[in-house]
Amino acid sequence: MSTHADQGLSLHNITVRFGGLLALDDVSLRVSPGRVVGVIGPNGAGKTTLFNVICGFAAPQSGAITLDGKPFKPRPHHLNRHGIARTLQGVGQFNGMTVLENVLTGIRTGKPTEKDAYAALEQTGVAEHANAYPAMLPYAKRKRVELARALVSRPRILMLDEPAGGLDADEIDWLAELIKNLDTTVLLVEHHMDLVMSVCDEILVLDFGKPIALGSPGEIRNNEKVTEAYLGTAA
Amino acid sequence: MTTIEAPEKVTTNHPKTKRLSPLLYVVPAAILILALTYTLPPFRNYQLATVGAYLCVTAGLTILTGLNGQLSLGHGALMATGAYTLALMQNRFNVLALGILAAVLVTTVAGGVIGLAAARLRGPYLAGLTLAVAVVVPSIASTFDETFNSDQGLTVALEPPPDAVTVEQWQAWVCWAGALVTVLVLAYLARGRFGRDMKAVRDDETAAKLAGIGVARTQVLAFVVSAACAGLAGALFAVLAQSVSPGAFPLTLSLFLVMAVVIGGLGRLSGALIGAVLLVALPEIAHSIAEDAGSQRLEGNLALTFFGVVLVAVMLAAPGGLASLRWKRNKQKGRT
Repeated sequence: MSTHADQGLSLHNITVRFGGLLALDDVSLRVSPGRVVGVIGPNGAGKTTLFNVICGFAAPQSGAITLDGKPFKPRPHHLNRHGIARTLQGVGQFNGMTVLENVLTGIRTGKPTEKDAYAALEQTGVAEHANAYPAMLPYAKRKRVELARALVSRPRILMLDEPAGGLDADEIDWLAELIKNLDTTVLLVEHHMDLVMSVCDEILVLDFGKPIALGSPGEIRNNEKVTEAYLGTAA
Repeated sequence: MTTIEAPEKVTTNHPKTKRLSPLLYVVPAAILILALTYTLPPFRNYQLATVGAYLCVTAGLTILTGLNGQLSLGHGALMATGAYTLALMQNRFNVLALGILAAVLVTTVAGGVIGLAAARLRGPYLAGLTLAVAVVVPSIASTFDETFNSDQGLTVALEPPPDAVTVEQWQAWVCWAGALVTVLVLAYLARGRFGRDMKAVRDDETAAKLAGIGVARTQVLAFVVSAACAGLAGALFAVLAQSVSPGAFPLTLSLFLVMAVVIGGLGRLSGALIGAVLLVALPEIAHSIAEDAGSQRLEGNLALTFFGVVLVAVMLAAPGGLASLRWKRNKQKGRT
């Protein structure tokens, strides 16, 4: 029987290799319910690979994942039924469908209703574009549509993969407010440090696939290893 | 564990998307076809019936290729499967409804098997697999000649139509009943969750998976639905010709079908109708020209040439196919 301490998503000693490349090296992370956990690191640190492992797009060579204390073998198209939703880097959209239809595809339980889809579109502020095609919208609006498609399933764990990429300062402020008000577990991969520091309760830092720090934004900001990973060492 | 709550109520009144029920165009079409069969001469009724039979397969193919992005060059072979099943059933039981049902079921199973392989393949590899099916299936009929009577094929036993109607009139009714049921079923499938899933898989498989869509399952289902339509079309062709032979389902038939749905407009049932009309009209025009020119050799190639020329012309003028012209106008008016 799982206890309260078991609730949430946990990664235990995950290692992923792509041929000779060690993409993730013994990474462990616990994502407690209601927390916003950030994953940061320089390019190629393994952030997206970590997301791909959680989603079942990449299989770890060793390690395990548990969800609410139970072993979790993720498969991408089953995430939704486990209450996990993910957005992609860039915009993964269905350009042959209207914005409304895009969001309706995210509803997998029960009968998809336009009311639910509109609620998610209003939440992300793009309801007025419901009948437009995504390709007709500016990039930032398209990202909001993708976010609406993730939110419409009312996930208990929301995984955001570089949601601020390509957004301007106002859009990033809006995104920060949204994340703060979501009242759900959020796993965030992001390069925009102001956003990460303002919304996250806890941050994991990866460098060349290795976890080098885990702590609160304040702790991460003052961590020498993190500074070194980002800025390098003085010669 | 906490969950995201949707806003208690949607703050703005969003009008529900209004779409015409498919019944609103299928029922008037049925009445129109019925009326036409009483006014047309027998040969035109036969051609009308042929359009109906073709519509079954083009509708299924346009859903598969247009909505789901799977290119099949083997639908002629699936039609042959349906036609031979109907012939065998008719010659044994002579109950048309049973024969048609069996044809659809057998082709559905065949489509499921091909679909399972197709779901693992993309682009030219998928086209290659279906092309192989188009080549192999007719040769099966030649190989197992005790069952399929080799290249001579099978005659199809059919009860005569009621006294009050001509054979061609009755054939038109049967073929269009099948076509309209097919269009109705596909229209409802395309506008619902399955239709959205097919389009999502076509547009972005990774995003579709993350939205909770079983990509392989959707692709197999799309192939199964499309194969069932091809099986029905094959059965109706057997009813029309009252015989089935491998020569009736050559490789060029599969190519014609693909060209017809592309010219008509991929993914649109109205495009499938245009394609079905072209499949009957273009060979007929080619036949007339060849007859006038007094060259039988010309007739064999002219239809394919016509299709090629029309395909190029339509792709230049309307890359989305002929049906997209109307659709574009609607889109400009804000209706999609």
